[in-house]
Amino acid sequence: MKIKLSLSNISCVSCVGAIERTLIQVKGVDSVQVNFAEKTALIQGTASTQSLIAAIEGLGYGAKPFDEQNQENEEQEEFIRFHKLLRQFILAAIGGVILYLLSLFNFVPAITSLPGQFTWFILGVITLGLMIYAGGYLYHNAWKAFLNNHATMDTLIAIGTGTAWVFSLFVTLFPHAVPALAQHVYFEAALLIIALVNLGGALEIRARGKTSQAIKRLIGLQPKTARVLRDGQELDILIEEVQQGDTLRVRPGEKIPVDGVISEGHSMVDEAMITGEPIPAKKNLGDEVIGGTINKTGSFLFSATRVGKDTALAQIIDLVQQAQNTKPPIARLVDVVSAYFVPAVMVISILTALVWFNFGPANYLGFMLVASMTVLIIACPCALGLAAPISIMVGMGKAAEYGTLIRNGEALQQATKLTAIVLDKTGTITKGHPEVTDIIPASDWDTDTLLQWAASMESGSEHPLGQAIIEAAADLSLLPIANFNAIPGHGIAAMIENKPVFFGNEKLMQRENIQLGDLIQQAAKLADLGRTPMYLAVNGQAVGIIAVADPIKEDSKSAIKRLQDVGLKVIMLTGDNARTAKVVAQQVGIQDVLADVLPEEKSAKVKALQQEGHLVGMVGDGINDAPALAQAEVGFAIGSGTDVAIESADVTLMGNSIHGVAHAIAISGATMGNIKQNLVGAFFYNGLGIPIAAGILYPFIGLLLSPVIAGAAMALSSVTVVTNANRLRFFKPGGRT
Amino acid sequence: MITTITVNVSGIVLIGLVVWWFLIKKPKATSMQNDSIEIKVRDGVYDPPVIQATKGEQLHLRFLREDTSPCSEVVVFHGLDVSAELPVGTVHEITLTIDEPGEYEFTCQMGMYRGKLIVA
Repeated sequence: MKIKLSLSNISCVSCVGAIERTLIQVKGVDSVQVNFAEKTALIQGTASTQSLIAAIEGLGYGAKPFDEQNQENEEQEEFIRFHKLLRQFILAAIGGVILYLLSLFNFVPAITSLPGQFTWFILGVITLGLMIYAGGYLYHNAWKAFLNNHATMDTLIAIGTGTAWVFSLFVTLFPHAVPALAQHVYFEAALLIIALVNLGGALEIRARGKTSQAIKRLIGLQPKTARVLRDGQELDILIEEVQQGDTLRVRPGEKIPVDGVISEGHSMVDEAMITGEPIPAKKNLGDEVIGGTINKTGSFLFSATRVGKDTALAQIIDLVQQAQNTKPPIARLVDVVSAYFVPAVMVISILTALVWFNFGPANYLGFMLVASMTVLIIACPCALGLAAPISIMVGMGKAAEYGTLIRNGEALQQATKLTAIVLDKTGTITKGHPEVTDIIPASDWDTDTLLQWAASMESGSEHPLGQAIIEAAADLSLLPIANFNAIPGHGIAAMIENKPVFFGNEKLMQRENIQLGDLIQQAAKLADLGRTPMYLAVNGQAVGIIAVADPIKEDSKSAIKRLQDVGLKVIMLTGDNARTAKVVAQQVGIQDVLADVLPEEKSAKVKALQQEGHLVGMVGDGINDAPALAQAEVGFAIGSGTDVAIESADVTLMGNSIHGVAHAIAISGATMGNIKQNLVGAFFYNGLGIPIAAGILYPFIGLLLSPVIAGAAMALSSVTVVTNANRLRFFKPGGRT
Repeated sequence: MITTITVNVSGIVLIGLVVWWFLIKKPKATSMQNDSIEIKVRDGVYDPPVIQATKGEQLHLRFLREDTSPCSEVVVFHGLDVSAELPVGTVHEITLTIDEPGEYEFTCQMGMYRGKLIVA
């Protein structure tokens, strides 16, 4: 039997040792594994859960049964907090409304009379009690922050409501010390403001829960158990126990537990949740499968290659979580502003009071208090601070839903500014799985021998074109080769049967001074059809051509059109000869082609475009094209399968389609738009709200805001920001899917 | 007349105090013990808020979040590209190595919780 416990209070690796030593001594425990990072202990044996928890608690640590604990815990905390805020809101609101009605209908005798003073004093004390119950945390936090030379949102509310209460109590005790027109108490205002702050907080929790839905959905994809094959038996085990190299069984309709490679059987797998590809992928022997995706049709066995925190899904979750907390450069200004915001508001509030004192009407005291209090209450640093992070959170989540992982806020902002997109041909526009289309031997060679020699040459190479030739020669036996040498951008050289052999493009043949004769015309014809001809030369003699073609992905054309439709200049980049490249470009609707580009020249080509004034997005694979991806303003890595954390890529596309690029750009645009709306809204709100609260409109139209209205506006402003960001959840990038 | 002067002067003094206390005066920095420190996320602040650290050393910042408010759930280290979600009630350790001396702020997403690493 296995028991998994989640541990609390463990803060160092030495605690792990202590827990392990103690647990192993508990009766019935066979083995203990404590995972420090995860804060869990996995115990095998017959011991009861209670005895294990008791043993851990005896050491001074906490433990409870593991039960998808994190997520549920977090949700429960959220639920508890939501309801607490709601209770605090209701109580403060009821108190505030009653006080308001009492003074509105003059139920309480005049404050200048002794019974009036007495009644208001009692009401003031009740108010204080309610304020402490409903808003005690605000005062506590404000005080703590004050001790750290720090002012927050809570500081503003605490000073605002605190001043209102103190002034009201003063009026109650010494009504004749203030001018007749200022003989007014503000107990109800203090309570209603606190009520509204709590309501705003509660609404924000609700709205915020939705912003992290994308990440919760990803976490939810992780299966809990796996069926492992051990000693010829199939056993159900916890996902945490799966180890690299285990052979696992997946039946139709089940989730694939971890990443791996199919070792027996075949199936169709729905990978939409990871790659965004809507059509199930065919998986045969040797193909990669991704943990968290759903097996549709067949039952198969696979060997686990990545488990635990190394799986693609775990890495995606990690990447998205990291990315969600980054900021686009546009939001950096906010960081500067927010550091000075609260003290600045306090200064404005004092200045407001002074201006009313010096220039206000005769009964200035009431105005001083109301205006300066309203300034404190209406100011909302939260709306400003939330503007960017909350939209980024939703936007990054949305992108992940479409299989595009955006590394950080900077990439997100850059993606909206691109003017040109460079697409690598092989593997990006085309499938990257070339097939042999033509075998043309010269005079005294036959097709099989030509293929046999070419395939033998390629047996040392990892080039995708080479793989196509090896696959085509599957029925032929390969010859041993010596002195293998890959010449980037040209081809390969090696020795077969002690003869020097070259296999590659025209450039290679020219370099080696090999006469091609009428093979050149043959090759030209093939190139016109979009195929890549390669020459084989033995002993300085050209002996034939093998042509390989890489089929274009079905959706490349429509995706490229989407990119062109949003005004991007789309350029194709390839190491192929100009002729072949042009044919492919024509088929997908690209006008600009950079052909015959050596791998090391790719980043120089990107740089040249940048010098022309373009902001360049480069799309290619994360390995060969890494320098070009890094050089570009935004590097999109495509087709890297389960390799998620690609250093050089700003955007990793889990799917294999160029539509991912269009999705990423569209989602970035929508997110940046949303951030701008939020920022403008928040600046506008504060920039307009604070002067109005200070009474700037009073001399003209006699308008002075009530502090309660300010409280409502403040509570609404941050909720509005969160709600606006939530609109992004319904954004659809268009195109396919 | 005296009232006018008193009120205006007190107002200006108050403004001076606000600026001095919140913008000029720096809270005392706490030194790390063996490059390790526990930072409580409690009552709306990071405690301790200002931490003295050594450059080039691996720093272990052990965050213990006690506040449940949504603002406190993420800590972002500016200029270091590091951020973390903090679970409530369990210590979450962030390991950092900073080679460049300087002041590095860490805040919640909204910038209300504020702390600073002074690396020398």
